[in-house]
Amino acid sequence: MASTARAEERLTVHLTVNGQPLEETVDARLLLVHFIRDVLELTGTHVGCDTTSCGACAVLLDGRAVKSCTVFAVQADGRDIVTIEGLEQNGAPHPVQAAFFEKHAMDCGYCTPGMVISGYSLLQRNGDPTEDEIREAISGNLCRCTGYANIVDAIRTAAEHQRNGGTV
Amino acid sequence: MRWYDWREISRGEPIFPARFAYVAPRSIEDAIALLSHYGTDARALAGGQSLIPLMKLRLAGPKYLVDLNRIGGLATIEETDGFLSIGALVREADVEASALLRSRYPAIADTAAVVGDPLVRNLGTIGGNLAHGDPANDHPATMLALGAEVIAQGPRGERVIPVADLFEGFFTTSLKPGEVLTRIRVPRPASGCGSAYLKLERKVGDLATAGVAAFVQLEGDVCRAAGIGLTNVGSLPIKARKAEASLVGKRLDERAFADAADLAAEEADPASDLRGPVDYKRDMVRVLTRRALRRAVERAQA
Ligand SMILES: Cc1cc2nc3c(=O)[nH]c(=O)nc-3n(C[C@H](O)[C@H](O)[C@H](O)COP(=O)(O)OP(=O)(O)OC[C@H]3O[C@@H](n4cnc5c(N)ncnc54)[C@H](O)[C@@H]3O)c2cc1C
Ligand code: FES
Ligand code: FES
Repeated sequence: MASTARAEERLTVHLTVNGQPLEETVDARLLLVHFIRDVLELTGTHVGCDTTSCGACAVLLDGRAVKSCTVFAVQADGRDIVTIEGLEQNGAPHPVQAAFFEKHAMDCGYCTPGMVISGYSLLQRNGDPTEDEIREAISGNLCRCTGYANIVDAIRTAAEHQRNGGTV
Repeated sequence: MRWYDWREISRGEPIFPARFAYVAPRSIEDAIALLSHYGTDARALAGGQSLIPLMKLRLAGPKYLVDLNRIGGLATIEETDGFLSIGALVREADVEASALLRSRYPAIADTAAVVGDPLVRNLGTIGGNLAHGDPANDHPATMLALGAEVIAQGPRGERVIPVADLFEGFFTTSLKPGEVLTRIRVPRPASGCGSAYLKLERKVGDLATAGVAAFVQLEGDVCRAAGIGLTNVGSLPIKARKAEASLVGKRLDERAFADAADLAAEEADPASDLRGPVDYKRDMVRVLTRRALRRAVERAQA
């Protein structure tokens, strides 16, 4: 084989997590969510289903919300990851997080990190979403407690705060 | 059985795949060399939104994964000499958002918008959606309706495969080991063309109970060319050739839509399952064909 590269079972990855550059050697089969939770001990990212259905494991990969249970850690080599822990600003909750608190947008809280990541991701590209757009944006995230109404309300409120001069 | 139906399997234990070796080549030539070298033990990895779930449930167990995501040039959408050319690695979210696709190839944008959910669409690729060979995937029907082709690059160079020849069996395509699907080519629409994709799903992120793609080319109100593709109502994606033929040369009115819809329902070959019995699915093909044709004609006239 002419190619210089060869497939490996263990690889060293360099990536940024919540602004911090990291280097780790991992099994190729290690999923990004397990890397985040078990290696980095950032347990805000949840595993709800493990079958790519619930979105509790959502993180930002190069700015895009993805299900971290369905990405290998090695795929994140050279990439930028933001988890729920990375959203806070100067020790204060991010406006989307604050709006979830304000609007009581959670019961058990299991889905919340993923919901916040999807809400944040929406507000990055659309500062004034309609209710339909909000519902569409969180349609990959399941919540078995709230009935979604308060979550939608919270994201709308965060958008308002953002338009009134807060940053998101 | 699909992994979607295997939710019970984990019983609370974390799910992860069997060991494999991973490589992320920077060029298409390296990817082809690696895939050829590792042969049937290797799989290409694109968005991973079908392959990784299968690996986690041990329904797929490649020994080698060749990640295509570091290869440059496979994620562009451009119109060139008579064709629209979409790179295999274009993400569904980018297909959905593309102004070019929305305005000139609306069925393709319609299709991307109903694949899975927004999180899945941020990773899943249009090339993977075709290469996976799942008759429940949404893009095959649309590509059949539009008369698209895929470019496969392998150790012996490139070849062009009409999408109508791509699907050989359940999860089986005519791509050979060592071949990478690099681009999708869709003929540029002449004036008076319109297209649409409609999908019936039980809930967000579910595969289609039935899906129908329609393409029409009008001259005045007479149909010059038509394409109809069906999702998840057979062991392969279906090109409804009789329904297509019934439209050509006709004035496209409700009568013509209804006749074509009846033929498409006959050409469908659904199986009874959790998403419904055979008769129901055929009837949904009928309804969706009529609606998709109506929307395609509206767009052609807009
Ligand atoms: C919750 C959920 C819901 C979904 N719902 C839908 C839905 O409603 N409709 C739908 O159509 N899909 C659905 N999917 C599937 C999703 O769209 C996948 O993204 C798609 O089927 C495969 O694309 P991928 O890029 O993720 O491919 P991968 O998972 O990376 O690969 C799939 C297969 O194709 C091969 N392959 C991929 N790219 C290439 C290439 N360029 N050349 C050669 N071989 C290649 C791989 O080797 C593998 O065998 C869903 C997935 C999930 C997780
Ligand atoms: S744990 Fe990843 S989608 Fe449910
Ligand atoms: S608050 Fe319990 S799952 Fe959403």
